[in-house]
Amino acid sequence: MGMDMHGDAFAITQRYAWPAEGNTRIPDWVYTDQAIYEREVERIFHGRTWNYVALEAEIPNPGDFIRSHVGPTPVVVSRADEGTIAVFENRCSHRAAEFCRELTGNVREFICPYHQWTYDLEGKLRAVPFRHGVAGRGGMPQDFRIADHGPRRLAVTAHRGVVFASYANDMESLADYLGPEVLREFEATFDGRALKILGYYRHTLPGNWKLYHENLKDPYHATLLHTFLVTFGLLVAGNKSLMLVDASGRHGVMCSAKADASKISAENRKEMRAYREGMCLADPRIMDFTDEFDSPWSVTMATIWPNLIVQREMNTLGIRQIVPTGPHEFIMKWTMFGFAGDSDEMTRHRLRQGNLMGPAGFLGLEDNEAIKFVQDGMQDVPGNGHLVALDPDTPAGTSETLISESAIRAMYRHWRAVMGL
Amino acid sequence: MHDARIAALLQRAEIETFNARYCALLDQQDLMAWVDCFTEDAFYTVISRENFDHDLPVGLIYCEGRGMIHDRAFALLKTAMFGPRYLRHMVANLIVMPVGPDGTIHARANYVVFEVLTNRPEARLHQIGEYRDIFRRADGDLRLQERRCVYDNLLVPTALCIPV
Repeated sequence: MGMDMHGDAFAITQRYAWPAEGNTRIPDWVYTDQAIYEREVERIFHGRTWNYVALEAEIPNPGDFIRSHVGPTPVVVSRADEGTIAVFENRCSHRAAEFCRELTGNVREFICPYHQWTYDLEGKLRAVPFRHGVAGRGGMPQDFRIADHGPRRLAVTAHRGVVFASYANDMESLADYLGPEVLREFEATFDGRALKILGYYRHTLPGNWKLYHENLKDPYHATLLHTFLVTFGLLVAGNKSLMLVDASGRHGVMCSAKADASKISAENRKEMRAYREGMCLADPRIMDFTDEFDSPWSVTMATIWPNLIVQREMNTLGIRQIVPTGPHEFIMKWTMFGFAGDSDEMTRHRLRQGNLMGPAGFLGLEDNEAIKFVQDGMQDVPGNGHLVALDPDTPAGTSETLISESAIRAMYRHWRAVMGL
Repeated sequence: MHDARIAALLQRAEIETFNARYCALLDQQDLMAWVDCFTEDAFYTVISRENFDHDLPVGLIYCEGRGMIHDRAFALLKTAMFGPRYLRHMVANLIVMPVGPDGTIHARANYVVFEVLTNRPEARLHQIGEYRDIFRRADGDLRLQERRCVYDNLLVPTALCIPV
């Protein structure tokens, strides 16, 4: 009866109308609404996407596992005896307990601590204690079959040591999912050398998860917010740069090439209040760049839909995994890495340069603060949405100017299609 | 009282005084004075217990030498954008080891950092952890040759804007 009485008026597509201006105006409910968030989990994170879950270097041996997430959903990533990788929900099929509690480790099997239901390294249920009861009494029903129970197992793919999982079991290949241009940048960073894990950053961020993608599809902010980059000549508005977007609009790569600070034009300098001449670092090693990649770019930030950022900021390399926890907050897990063949000095160079990144990084802390400010603004001041109109010559897609928001518009073209909004 | 015990008490008092001043400089956000708490060759890092326990070297802050510590202070004061805040650093449970043959003093202490933002009344516990220190006397004054701030809270709330 409810359906007939209310008709379609309560349908999500009726309640949320996109502004008539099109994708140059993004309404606040995209970032603040619980119903929209739940639809994103269903249609995006649990939909037709490849979600980053781990690096193979984190689970090199049979029995190695690491806890991870697909969207907000906890999963276990484990290396089975045959060397294959399995990804399954971290939820006991008996009473829903999140049974794998350690962040990482090595086991022969996973045993739920509550009633000791036991799963193998592929996430298949193997044993149920007292299944047939005690002395002929109690136990599971006669028709209970172990093979019919177990946590949901996800499709898995890996490329160059990076592991992805999907709730869709008929996903296209990762190469097709990324498209040739984004794949090329992915392979420039993951160039075939064995990875070496250097450590993690983990933080919460009181903002909508999409703001993090947008920040890295917004080359406009880089020279304006990040005074450090400009002050010390690492990135200026005249740098050779590219904001690459794949054909679908969901992925992007912000690319730039390091330039000589002394060559900044007076015109560009005037626009950037941040620029201060004569400021220099006591220890400028943080800005050194060892050209180790087959790429014209010294910096690439790849936003791989929906939960992965691949950071190649000169020689500091990292994965950032987005774990949304609601419309207003997400967790970010950074996995910083180098390569197995790095000298001690190269590792230390990566660590020193790491001061740019993470929640205390000269760039990282500013991004986090800016995203918090955006969410604060939307929650505290009702408004008519965000204006993303820069670079009208490129309505959506790849842009060669830094002063563009065409990559954000491309992302929303894709998002709206997937969300049906 | 035995001389050695008096010496140990004086040593402890000196480190407690040092830590109180160190915290006061950070709480006042007097970061350039904070730089002088370190020796020229000092190592300073703020590292998660997760990384520390797994011998993973990545730190929220990672400084090799006072030059990098200076640059951290300078960049935070002159270039970094972050919302206004007050912080309180508290140190307790100091443990001081006997002076080593090389004149260094190893010490440990627990710390907490509270942070107050402008839009909420309560102070938030921003970080909780342990200082793992090596002190050295330089020009008569006690200075840090090494301070590893090993924090327990797996998740950093939003951003660490002032050193620990």
